[in-house]
Amino acid sequence: MKHFALQQLVQLVVVVVGISVLAFAILHVIGDPVLLLLPQNAGKEEYERYHKLLGLDQPLYVQYWKFASRAAHGDFGTSWYTDTPAFRLVLQRMPPTLYLTTAGLVCALLIALPLGILAALKRHSFVDNLCTMIAVAGQAMPIFWLGIMLIIIFAVRLKALPASGYGTWQHFLMPAFTLGAFLAPITMRLVRSGVIEIMNMEYIRAARAKGLSEERVVIKHAFRNACIPVITVLGLQFGQLLGGAIVTETVFAWPGVATLAVDSIRNQDFPVVQCAVVLLALIIVSVNFLVDMVVGLIDPRIRIGA
Amino acid sequence: MKAVSAGGAVVLEAERTTAPRAPARHVSLRRLWRFKWGVVAGAIMLMIVAGAASAPWISPYDPVTVDIRHRLAPPAWMDGGARAHVLGTDQIGRDLLARMIYGGRVSLVIGVAAVLISSSIGVLLGLAAGYVGRRVDWAVMTLINVMLTFPFVLLALAVIAVLGPSLVNMIIVLGVADWPLYARVIRAETLAIREREFVIAGRALGMSHWRIVFRQILPNLVSVIVVIATLQVARVIILESFLSFLGLGVQPPTPAWGNMLGEGRLYMLNSWWIAAFPGLAIFTTTLAINLMGNALRDWLDPHMRL
Repeated sequence: MKHFALQQLVQLVVVVVGISVLAFAILHVIGDPVLLLLPQNAGKEEYERYHKLLGLDQPLYVQYWKFASRAAHGDFGTSWYTDTPAFRLVLQRMPPTLYLTTAGLVCALLIALPLGILAALKRHSFVDNLCTMIAVAGQAMPIFWLGIMLIIIFAVRLKALPASGYGTWQHFLMPAFTLGAFLAPITMRLVRSGVIEIMNMEYIRAARAKGLSEERVVIKHAFRNACIPVITVLGLQFGQLLGGAIVTETVFAWPGVATLAVDSIRNQDFPVVQCAVVLLALIIVSVNFLVDMVVGLIDPRIRIGA
Repeated sequence: MKAVSAGGAVVLEAERTTAPRAPARHVSLRRLWRFKWGVVAGAIMLMIVAGAASAPWISPYDPVTVDIRHRLAPPAWMDGGARAHVLGTDQIGRDLLARMIYGGRVSLVIGVAAVLISSSIGVLLGLAAGYVGRRVDWAVMTLINVMLTFPFVLLALAVIAVLGPSLVNMIIVLGVADWPLYARVIRAETLAIREREFVIAGRALGMSHWRIVFRQILPNLVSVIVVIATLQVARVIILESFLSFLGLGVQPPTPAWGNMLGEGRLYMLNSWWIAAFPGLAIFTTTLAINLMGNALRDWLDPHMRL
């Protein structure tokens, strides 16, 4: 287990470095920050002065090193727009994003678990086919459109729910469902195939042979083991989930990191963009790491295989 | 031509069926059921492509001509709707049907072009990682991990914001960002094929590495690549329309489903159709592509683990 953990940790560090390089590259390689900062009619002298001021006359690796060592201390520079530290701005917006992600995950599981298990137990039945259809349709659904349709139906027409914003539990319903609908199809398929695979295992036959009731076989023996692939993939899907949260946030004007990032991109406020991107990526990486560890603990085959 | 599934390495949305197969009758019925939908989806897709290609001839109006007197007209079947504008008009009186037909052009062109780029990059890197192994493999896998943990939507948004939203930039960004999936699958398949007899025989005969990779291994991967590419077109279309929806993609007045949806959102309080129809177009297209991709997979190789 120690070896496995160490291996994963090395991977984690490498990935984090890679992420910081990408975030750095967004601003410094493909764009010229001075051009973004200065008004268009600025003279050449002005340009040179800012160029020096931002340290852009130094070699790229020096610039990167400065960026990375500052970022490691939580210093991503100050927002060009509001003149507050980018890190603080992003951190303030973090809780709503995490709440939304959690709510979305719960919603996805509420849809996917029962349907997936039912589809697996009654293979090729009407229920199974229906689930396949829902899954295929769900995967093709652009969730920003789904969100807008929900707003039109439940907020504009029925006036039952708030169209956007944040605060009460009613505000959570539509965004959570939207995000859940995004994640549910793939989760459902995974639960289904996981349960199918396990229902054919020998220990299930043994449990049946022991004379256990079918419910007990399914709940105690099959479901628990089917959890492993589901946990793994949910962990790996976490990046997707956050991606979905970004989309959902912008549709419902949810005051999270994503709306901040999108607004900052519109305002070309790059310190904030970099900070948001790096922090979100860090969350994804650490969740993946944790999931790997948990699954490695539950299932020894994985840590030996890796 | 039969792709080799690499033992457990390719776990994507894995329909993992190590379990005993269902009775033959079920399987054939199920395949037939899927193919039927694939054919229907293909026909729909053909209509969408034909419509987009022949837009100047079949479109009832010019998609950018403003007609303020008939602004916000509802679809023909609603109260106040006119037969002149079947799907109604938008906030400045442009015909929605015309804009929908033209809007498909942008989505389809970007989708296909971006997939051509991303599949080329992904296949080359995947082949290199799988065939050369060692350091190349490590480098490619790390790069894949970095790309997969990066909040892709934000990355694309940020890059577009720096480069400026033009059609070509959108294609490049979506194409460059979407390769990891191909690389991961191709790498795993290459690893497996590399050990097959015909490759070993080729090596023994003194074939060059280039020849082995491109003449012996690559042809075995064509069906996998075709299936992933098909499914990815749908994904890219959704992403493109999300970028345009946020106003950071295809710029008005050029009609694109995404920016129509974004504009329609502002008017959803009274005129739901402006947002509803473009989204429906995206949904129909991606659904048709996904169904086609699934059918293609089952037709080319039912054991493909995608």
